Order: sequence, then C-alpha cells, then structure tokens
Amino acid sequence: MNKEIEKAGITIVQMANLIPVAKTVGANRMVPTISIPYPLGDPNTPKEQQWKLRYHRVGVALDALTTEVDEQTVFKVKI
Amino acid sequence: MKKAILYLNQFFGQIGGEELADHAPEIREGLVGPAMELNKQLGDEVEVTHTIICGDNFMGSRQEEAINTILGFLEGKEFDIFFAGPAFRAGRYGSACGNICKAVQDKFKVPTITSMNDENPGVEMFRKELFIFKGGASAAAMRNDVKAMAQFGLKLIKREELLPAEEEGYFGRGIRKQVWLNPPVVATERVIDMLLKKVHGQPFETELPIPKQDLVPIAKALTAEELSKLEVAVVTSGGIVPVGNPDRIQSASATKWGKYDISKLEDLVKGEFMTIHAGFDPMAANNDPDVIVPLDALRAYEKEGKIGGVYKYFYSTVGTGTTQAEAARMGKEIAAELVEAGVKAVILTST
Repeated sequence: MNKEIEKAGITIVQMANLIPVAKTVGANRMVPTISIPYPLGDPNTPKEQQWKLRYHRVGVALDALTTEVDEQTVFKVKI
Repeated sequence: MKKAILYLNQFFGQIGGEELADHAPEIREGLVGPAMELNKQLGDEVEVTHTIICGDNFMGSRQEEAINTILGFLEGKEFDIFFAGPAFRAGRYGSACGNICKAVQDKFKVPTITSMNDENPGVEMFRKELFIFKGGASAAAMRNDVKAMAQFGLKLIKREELLPAEEEGYFGRGIRKQVWLNPPVVATERVIDMLLKKVHGQPFETELPIPKQDLVPIAKALTAEELSKLEVAVVTSGGIVPVGNPDRIQSASATKWGKYDISKLEDLVKGEFMTIHAGFDPMAANNDPDVIVPLDALRAYEKEGKIGGVYKYFYSTVGTGTTQAEAARMGKEIAAELVEAGVKAVILTST
C-alpha cells in the first residue's frame, strides 16, 4: 500500500513496528512504533506517558515528510 | 527413450472453466491439450507419457491432499523429467505449478520445469527453488512458452552445459556459479576494465548481480511551510473501523478497505471505533483506537499549525494474511482517491 501511494506521487511515511518488513516491501520513510497491538501507546503505562510517546512519534513522522531522503530511511525516535 | 509427465489445471486439461476449478486430481495416459505441443517440441528423444490434471481451487484449498494424491499417481511410474503449465499470468495456476514441481522434485529427484509470466505471484514464491521460464501473459504465448520449457528440458536430460539464467530464459534463482572464462582473463584485469568503463560512463556488466528490490522512486519532501497548509491523511492496515464494521472488512486476508469520516472528531474513542484485525490481541486498540490511528496527536499538531489539518477520511484495511497483490490493488485504489482529493501527505500505520 505504501508503495502504491508513493507511486502516485504522494509523500508518505510508514509508522511500523516491523521495520524489516516495511523495508522489504519497499517503504522509503519509516518511523518505528512500539508494538504490534498498540503501536503508539503502551496500555500498561499511564495515559499521560502514552500520549507523550504518541505525540512524539507522530511528530517524528510529520518531520519525516519534510525531510529529503535519498535511500530507505528509518527516522530516529527519542521516546 | 526418456519419459516426461505434464501437470495442467482444469482449464488447460480441458475439463472446464472456473465452475470446475474444484476438480479433483486425475492422471491420464497420453496427451491432453498442451501436452501434445510439448510432446512435439521434445522430439524423438523424450516422450510425454501422462498428463495430470487438477482444478486450481482444489490445489489451492486442499493443497496437501492434492499433492499427496498426485505424488501417489507418480509412485511407480517411470519418468525422467516433470513439467507444469505454462501458467501465463494465472495466479492460482502459477502457485499450483510451483507447488507441484517442488513436491515432485523433492520426492522423485527429477528435474522439473514450469513457465509463468513475470506478473504471476508464483514467480516470487518459487523462483529460488525451481526453473521457471519467463512466459507470456496469456495462452496466446502457449507455443513459445512450451517450446522454451521443452528446449531446456532436453538440455537437462542430455546434461548439456547450462548457461546463466538470463541466457537460458528462466527467472534467476539467485545461485552463483563459478565458471572458467574462455579465453581466461584474470580478475584484476576484468575489474580494471569494468572500472574504466564505469569512469567513462560506458555500459558494463557486473559479475555479482545483486537481486534488485522493486523500490519506487522516493517522493520528494514537503517543505514545513507546505505541510502547515496541507491536510494529512491517515491510512492504516491495523483494522480500525467504526464499531459494527459497516463495510464488513475481513479480519484476515482482507480484500476490502473502508474510509471513515473523522472531520468532526478530535479523538477516536472506545465504543465508537474498534479494530477487527485478527492478527493481534485487540484489547489495547479497542480501549483506545488512537494507538493505531493517532487522530488525537494529529489534532494537536493541527492546532499548533504544524499541519494544515487532517484529511476528512481515514482509510482502513487489515494487513494479516493479505497477499501483496491484494495489498497493492487496495493501495492503488486508495491512492487514486487521495490523488483525486488533492492529498499530498500520508501517514500509514501498520501493525
């Protein structure tokens, strides 16, 4: 899906837990998430912490959209 | 004289079309359909003695039974080589040819050959293990495709020296073979020669080709200025849908996607949205769907002015057991809608 959308000329970033899979299927901009069932917020942590993590990683993804890359790139996250 | 056996699906085996795709495996003495052409192309040295026919759906949904039955047919039969297809662009047929060739070659240790079009998913599934000839898109290519399989079959049977995959005409298996060059040119000379060609911008051929990944050109970055005026669309393979799953998207092996209006929402909440993805424990996402479709965070960035807004629909399907071909088709359909709507930025979340 990522590739087809990118092929259409849309700038896309994939947020995925399985980065190797995202890479294999051809995503160009990738931001890691924390797990499969809850990519952007661990329910075992306080709501506030979940929000911080989600807000941070979505921010990294938005920044990825404005970052020029010349190869498949995994963007670094801090939390 | 050497002996060959050919595998066909119900259509080329002249049983019937889609309505007979459940046809159970059978073996017939002699030649059916394409077996005649194959027999002719093999000439005087190899005879096609039997034709095996099996419905594509039978092979697809009862694969183990189908393969065991066919291996049973072959038990005790004398044959030196096994052919399947050609399967052209027919996906199920390609997969069937691949499965049966692999099983036959593993069990009976005879060479197997099939043929498929490069769009056939069977190519990626089996190219590393089988000789799959590069075939045409449709049965119009029958004669050529059968001829290619036959010629290579004769070479294998006569144990002639084989050329690299590209020259023989089958999909490269990713096998590297050392060869003696004639005339011999040492590596140091070859590499310098290659380097000089490269420096001069002339074409040269690597001796260690690395299988190319099918990558798409990287979309250009947006400027922060642009992003602050654009709506960002969210697409997910995490199966987030309104409670009740109005579009009945499948929980696995999805072939459908849905789009859901979030233009008036600040947040995806429990009880209104849920996940139908069967590939993971849904509890966390059902309690807070934002962990997969982070609408709350995007709204925050909208308020800060980092993005112009959130596109009014998010798109959703389920990415477990979904074939790459289906995913590509759904991706294309979604991309067409996004392009139509003028969307230029997408976040895809996957689980």
